[in-house]
Amino acid sequence: MRRTLTLSILLAVATCAAAAPDAAETVRINVDKLRFAPAEATVHVGDEIEWTNGDFVAHTATARDGAWDVALPVKGSGRIVAQQVGEIDYFCRVHPNMRGHISVKPK
Amino acid sequence: MTLKFIAAPMALLATCALAWSEDAKPNDAQIAHIAYTAGQIDITAAQLALQKSKNKDVREFAEDMSRDHKAVNDQALALVKKLHVAPQNNDTSKALLKQANAKEAELKRLSGAAFDKAYIDNEVAYHKAVNNELENVLIPDATNAELKDFLSTGLKIFQGHEQHAESLAQSLK
Ligand SMILES: [Cu+2]
Repeated sequence: MRRTLTLSILLAVATCAAAAPDAAETVRINVDKLRFAPAEATVHVGDEIEWTNGDFVAHTATARDGAWDVALPVKGSGRIVAQQVGEIDYFCRVHPNMRGHISVKPK
Repeated sequence: MTLKFIAAPMALLATCALAWSEDAKPNDAQIAHIAYTAGQIDITAAQLALQKSKNKDVREFAEDMSRDHKAVNDQALALVKKLHVAPQNNDTSKALLKQANAKEAELKRLSGAAFDKAYIDNEVAYHKAVNNELENVLIPDATNAELKDFLSTGLKIFQGHEQHAESLAQSLK
């Protein structure tokens, strides 16, 4: 009885993990005193990247290749989902001295 | 023409730096006044650009300047209030303002692409001059640790503006 129960729970967990497309993680990057921290991040396809701006001025996280442009309002946040494998340089359009890099690995 | 735009703030900077080295160093109340004045000047310039320019990139830049410098100055006011420091007018603030008024009169006479170029070229030169002053005079001379730290964050913001203005100046050529 007990063994059956354990087994079925394990099965359920296994099924969920396999079926859930949102087993993806959220990778958090802080913006503090005009720095992306961490400036270098490694994520996997499907992961969400979330920037939280702790500064009193607004910033952006803008991909160098133009793939995305995320507004980061004062004390606000913005996010994207990593769509494909690649190396992405990004910066802030208002303060181009703010730079970051994201490595997107296969799932 | 271009040389004149750049030379003027540079000459001003040299004068300011010289004035301070001969006299006493600026105190925190004067430093706060200079930083605040420098911000107000750039907000006024941005407002003029928003009245005159039709260039999308130039307008966006002016909006960024207006928003950022207002945010910095609001923060500066909150800080001096907290520190019980009353910003004190001084020769550097006066010289900055005088120079800015002359530049504004000059910009007002221009329009179209000539205005855009003159405004952005001046933004490059102005941020360079103010950043130099911050880095070499105001930050080192500030005695209050919180004021020093705040000015350092301000410097990073303005260095960003300088780079932004520089790339815009390149694209307007
Ligand atoms: Cu920024």
